[in-house]
Amino acid sequence: MTIKVLTGNYAVAEAVKLSGVNLITAYPITPQTPIVEKLSEYVDLGLIKASFVRVESEFSALAVAYGASICGARSFTATSSHGLLYMHEMLWWVAGSRVPLVMAVVTRAIGPPWNIWDEHTDLLDQRDTGWLISFAEDNQEVLDTIIQLYRITEDPRVYLPGILGLDGFLLSHTSEPVDIPDEHIIKSFLKPRSQPYTLCGDELITMGNLPRARDAMFMRYDIHLSMERAKRVIKEVDLEYSKLVGRSYGGLVECYRCENSKYLLVGMGAWVGNMKDVCDELRDEGYSVGVLKVRFFRPFPYEEVVGHLSGIRGALVFDRSISLGSLGHLHLEILARASSIGKHTIIKGLIAGLAGVDVGVKEIKESTIKFINEIEELGYVKDSSEWLL
Amino acid sequence: MLSIKDLPKEKYVLPGHSACPGCPESLGLRFVGMALGKDVILVIPAGCSSIIQGVMPSSSLSMRVLNVPFASAAAVAAGISNIRGLLDIKVIPVVWAGDGATADIGFASLSGAAERNDDLIYVCVDNEAYMNTGIQRSSLTPYGAWTTTSVTGKKEGKKELPLIMLIHKVPYIATASIAYPIDFISKLRKAASIKGFKYIHLHAPCPVGWRFDPSKTVEVARLAIEVGAWILFEAEEGRVRINPPSTIYVDKSKRRDVREYLDIQGRFKGLDGREIDVIKKLIDDNWNVLLKLT
Ligand code: SF4
Repeated sequence: MTIKVLTGNYAVAEAVKLSGVNLITAYPITPQTPIVEKLSEYVDLGLIKASFVRVESEFSALAVAYGASICGARSFTATSSHGLLYMHEMLWWVAGSRVPLVMAVVTRAIGPPWNIWDEHTDLLDQRDTGWLISFAEDNQEVLDTIIQLYRITEDPRVYLPGILGLDGFLLSHTSEPVDIPDEHIIKSFLKPRSQPYTLCGDELITMGNLPRARDAMFMRYDIHLSMERAKRVIKEVDLEYSKLVGRSYGGLVECYRCENSKYLLVGMGAWVGNMKDVCDELRDEGYSVGVLKVRFFRPFPYEEVVGHLSGIRGALVFDRSISLGSLGHLHLEILARASSIGKHTIIKGLIAGLAGVDVGVKEIKESTIKFINEIEELGYVKDSSEWLL
Repeated sequence: MLSIKDLPKEKYVLPGHSACPGCPESLGLRFVGMALGKDVILVIPAGCSSIIQGVMPSSSLSMRVLNVPFASAAAVAAGISNIRGLLDIKVIPVVWAGDGATADIGFASLSGAAERNDDLIYVCVDNEAYMNTGIQRSSLTPYGAWTTTSVTGKKEGKKELPLIMLIHKVPYIATASIAYPIDFISKLRKAASIKGFKYIHLHAPCPVGWRFDPSKTVEVARLAIEVGAWILFEAEEGRVRINPPSTIYVDKSKRRDVREYLDIQGRFKGLDGREIDVIKKLIDDNWNVLLKLT
């Protein structure tokens, strides 16, 4: 293994280099662009033996990756924000075709007004498409999760595409030491490409003509079942990876000092690091606080979340995204299982950091103390959902 | 020259397909099969040919078929073509897309694949409107034609897509007509022998949308050529050559009266003299541009 100081974007590029991809395609968009540049360079220098297709749009990027994947290629693409929205139709098509494929999404706010800063709404807007969706906390996790995703998506129990989300600028353009595993280890970990069928073999297969309604509904159901099965696969793969590489992320969720905690901060992505710092400080100050990091948003780890939130006094859920007219995406998911969690746990959602607004240790700490004090004094919270404006 | 005796006997479009009677697309698909056989993977965006295949798990096409979103066909085919070498894949990606999927919604991905010179064959099967959704005008609907979204006749001319593709400077472009299968099949085979991006624009009169009797599909297609409204030509490495039988109609006096072509179709009913003059002028203009390029 080698330690390199890498931005999140370059950690993605290193992971793709290790993953034995056959085809890379992407279209430039800030803050994802350095991924494309680096991979283009790697291919040109012969460091990656893959075809690199320089497409004319993000929509075509995913279409090209799809065409290659359905014929047996391990493929990769990356995008952000408007690029991801432009791809949206293709996302459904790829998942519906049961084609394993991995994409990195460098999260970024959606305009108007034009805004290049971080927000998670672009990625969470894809939640219903049938893709596995994960978020990384730091650049090491970026690299490790991309590699893991190839293994997870190509598992016969899953056969669905997957996205790794990394926060724009907070991770994509911030340098951190990243441990790069040895190539031969990753090679043995990933195994040769596996997919349910290929359209370029001898068999004359038709993909995607008209179905009978019940058949089509069954196909949807099968994706749903695969999502359920993916939960187990994600945990297994994380465990196997940790045996080979020495790092584990807990599979679907990571629980940080949350055993026996009275209060939990719940979040996804880069700011979970800040939450952990807040947790340490508050612990020193006598608060009983832990952090529950949700690593996979799809499939959503209901069992784990219910398990960790049941019996505690309060959970403060941080969303860097909003379903306008409703609540933050993570908050919504957790509320969907509120009855299993039980009335004793007070759940509050905090919409924060939209459009790239800075949220650091200070803001998280203040919100947490306010949340805890309110519950301790009143026994409830005045607002179950609040915007940190 | 290829003759009908040389063509394979295999059926690539099976009986019981779901096309309308007299459908030009099912004819065209048969010719694609005859030309390229089992090596083909058809990439088909939304359109009549999505329906013609019939209901899964059956398919009326005895070829590999990948159905794809409306705007994506050229890019999906590019994905296949770009990994052929690396994965040692033998199949030939052939996009089979209608006029809307080609000239309108899919134009960016088409232009992108052409500019990159991706190694694939793109066939635009042009029935001059969105037929599958019930006859709405596209940018390839000709001037004066009735559609459900141009009920008083289309006011704009037909986008000159073959010329636009020619100007992309791809190694091969051609026009074809379902009335001339040997010409179309030869062009497909030639396209398959050339590396890079190949574009073939197939004129495909649709009885449903053009309002003529389903028995007259081939007749209408032939008339289009005989009045000069559709011109068969090809361009290898940019060298434009008019193909027979259009070579005869370089001489304007040999062309039949355009009214014969218009009158056989319900979609041009009620055009006045001025509008017919516009159509004549558009035809002459096309010829002039094309002849300048030869
Ligand atoms: S509408 Fe026209 S092109 Fe479409 S299936 Fe019917 S005849 Fe064929």
